[in-house]
Amino acid sequence: MTSNGVESLRQVAPSYGTKAPRRSWVPVVLIAIALAFLGLVLYIPAINVFYQAFHEGIGPFLKNLSKPDFQHAVKMTVLLAAIAVPMNIIFGLAAAFALAHKRFRGRTLLLSIIDLPFAISPVVAGLMIVLLYGRQGWFGGWLQANNIKIVFAFTGMMLATAFVSMPFVAREVIPVLEEEGTSQEEAAHTLGANAWQTFWRVTVPNIRWGLLYGILLTNARAMGEFGAVSVVSGNIAGKTQSLPLFVEEAYKSYDTAAAYSASVLLALLAVVTLVVKEFLERRTAARTRRTH
Amino acid sequence: MAVSSPSFRRTSSHSPGKVLLTSLIHMPWTWRIMLGYLLVMLIMPVTAMLLRAATVGPAEFWRIATSPLALSTYDVTFTTSLIAALIDGVFGVLIAWVLVRYDFPLKRFIDASIDLPFALPTAVAGLTLATVYSNNGWIGSLLAPLGIKIAFTRLGVGIAMMFISLPFVVRTVQPVLMQMEREIEEAAWSLGASPLQTFWRVILPPLFPAILTGVALGFSRAVGEYGSTVIISSNTPFRDLIAPILIFQRLEQYDYAGATVIGAVLLLISLVMLLIINFIQAWGKQYD
Repeated sequence: MTSNGVESLRQVAPSYGTKAPRRSWVPVVLIAIALAFLGLVLYIPAINVFYQAFHEGIGPFLKNLSKPDFQHAVKMTVLLAAIAVPMNIIFGLAAAFALAHKRFRGRTLLLSIIDLPFAISPVVAGLMIVLLYGRQGWFGGWLQANNIKIVFAFTGMMLATAFVSMPFVAREVIPVLEEEGTSQEEAAHTLGANAWQTFWRVTVPNIRWGLLYGILLTNARAMGEFGAVSVVSGNIAGKTQSLPLFVEEAYKSYDTAAAYSASVLLALLAVVTLVVKEFLERRTAARTRRTH
Repeated sequence: MAVSSPSFRRTSSHSPGKVLLTSLIHMPWTWRIMLGYLLVMLIMPVTAMLLRAATVGPAEFWRIATSPLALSTYDVTFTTSLIAALIDGVFGVLIAWVLVRYDFPLKRFIDASIDLPFALPTAVAGLTLATVYSNNGWIGSLLAPLGIKIAFTRLGVGIAMMFISLPFVVRTVQPVLMQMEREIEEAAWSLGASPLQTFWRVILPPLFPAILTGVALGFSRAVGEYGSTVIISSNTPFRDLIAPILIFQRLEQYDYAGATVIGAVLLLISLVMLLIINFIQAWGKQYD
C-alpha cells in the first residue's frame, strides 16, 4: 500500500516533463507487445491443448480415457509421484534442518550440490542411472545375479523421477527456517517439550506454507518428468509407460486424439498447480506482512 | 534435530580437524539422511558417469566428443539455446516491467500464468507447440504461405526453448524491479532526461545482473531440454538434432561409450554454467 501522498505526486509528476503526453500511450504499447508475445508462446499453445482434446466433443476424450494403456499410464504416474515425492520431502526436510541454522565452510558448496539436479539435463540424469544400474553398470552384475531389475523397470523410473525433483523442498524450506530462527524451538525445549513435540507443534506450523510450496513443485515435476524417465523406462506400453511417455508415443504413432486426451489431464495438473501456488504465495505474503 | 542444534554448533569453536572428527561421530540424524541421500541419489550416479567416461580413454573421448555429428549437435543446441534465451531476455524484461509498473485487466491471472512452463509437463508443451506451429496449425498456417516453416525445423526447437526458459527471466527480474525506487527515475526525468535516457542510464544498470542471471538460467535450462524439443524437432542429423537427443539415440543403439562421452560434455558445460551463474549473482549483490 503506497501512501496517498506518493500516489498523487505520481499523477502530478508527468506535468513536470516536456514529453508528458508520450507517457499515455507508452504503457498501452508495452502491454500490447508483452501480451502478444505471451499469446504466441504461452496462451495459444495452452488453449490448443483443450481445443484439440474437445473439438469433437467429449465423446472421443472419454473413449480414450477408458483405454487400458492410458489407465495404466495414469496409475504409473500417480505411483511414481507417490513414492518419489515423500522421498524428497524427507530428504528436503533433513537437508533444511541440517543446513538452515549453521554457518560453516563449504556450506555454499553443499547448497550448490543440492541444486545440481536442476542443472543436469534430464537425459544425462537418466543416462547416469543406466550406467549405475544397467546391465553394464556398476551394480549390473550383482543385480542380475539377484534377479533384480532396475533399468527398464519401475524402480529405475522412480529413481529418475526422484533425481530430477530432488532440490525443491530443501530450496523452499531453508529460507523459511533461516528467517524464523531457533528461538521458538529453544523456548519450547526449555519449557519441557521433547524433540518430537517441538517438531510437530512449533517447527511444522512455522514452515508449513514453504513446505507445501516445495511439495507442490516436487509433485508437478515428478508427474510431468519426461526425459529422465524416458531414458530408463524402455517405454513399454502398459508396463513402464508413464503419462508423459504415453503422450509422446501416441503422438509418434499418429494417434493425436489419444495424445491430447492424456495432455488435458497433465494440463489440468499444471492448472491446479498454478492455482495452489498462487494461493500459497498469497498466504506467505500475508504472513510476512504481518510479522514486519 | 532443531533442538539438538545448539550443542552441535558449539563444536565449531575448536580446530578444523577436531571439528570434522567430532561432527562425524556426533553427526545428527538430519545430516545422516541428507548426506546418505545425496551420496546414493546424486554423487554415485555422477561419479559413475564420470568414471565411465574416463575409461573411454582421452584419445577416444576426444574423437567421439568432436565427431562431426557431435559438433553439429553442440552447434544446434548451444546457438539455438543462446538465441532463445536472449529473445526471452528482451521480452522477459518487458513482461516483468509491465507486470510491476502498470495496471491492466487480468493482470493477476497473467502474472500467475508466467509459471505455466514450470508446471506444464514438457511433453505436453512439445506436443501443442508442434501442432500450433505446424504448417496447418493456428500460427504455422499463417507463416507457411511466407515460406516460413517452424515445427520440425531448428526454429521450432528455438520456440520450444523460448517456452521453457521464459519464466526464468521474468521471475529473476521481477523482484529486483519491484524493489527499485521510482523516485530515482522521477528525479532523472525531472532533471531533463528523456524516457529513453532514463531507461538506459537509470533503470537498466541495476537490473543488469538480474537480467544476466535470468538469461543464464534460461540458457542452461534450454541446453538440457529434451521433452519438448524431441517432439517439435524432426531430429534430422546436422539440421535440428540437439545434443540431449543424440545421447538418447546413442543409448538406444547400445552405444554406451558414445552416450557417456556426450553426456559428460553436457554435464561439464552445465557445471561451468552453474559457476557462471553463481559468479553473476555474487557480482550482482554489490548493487544491493
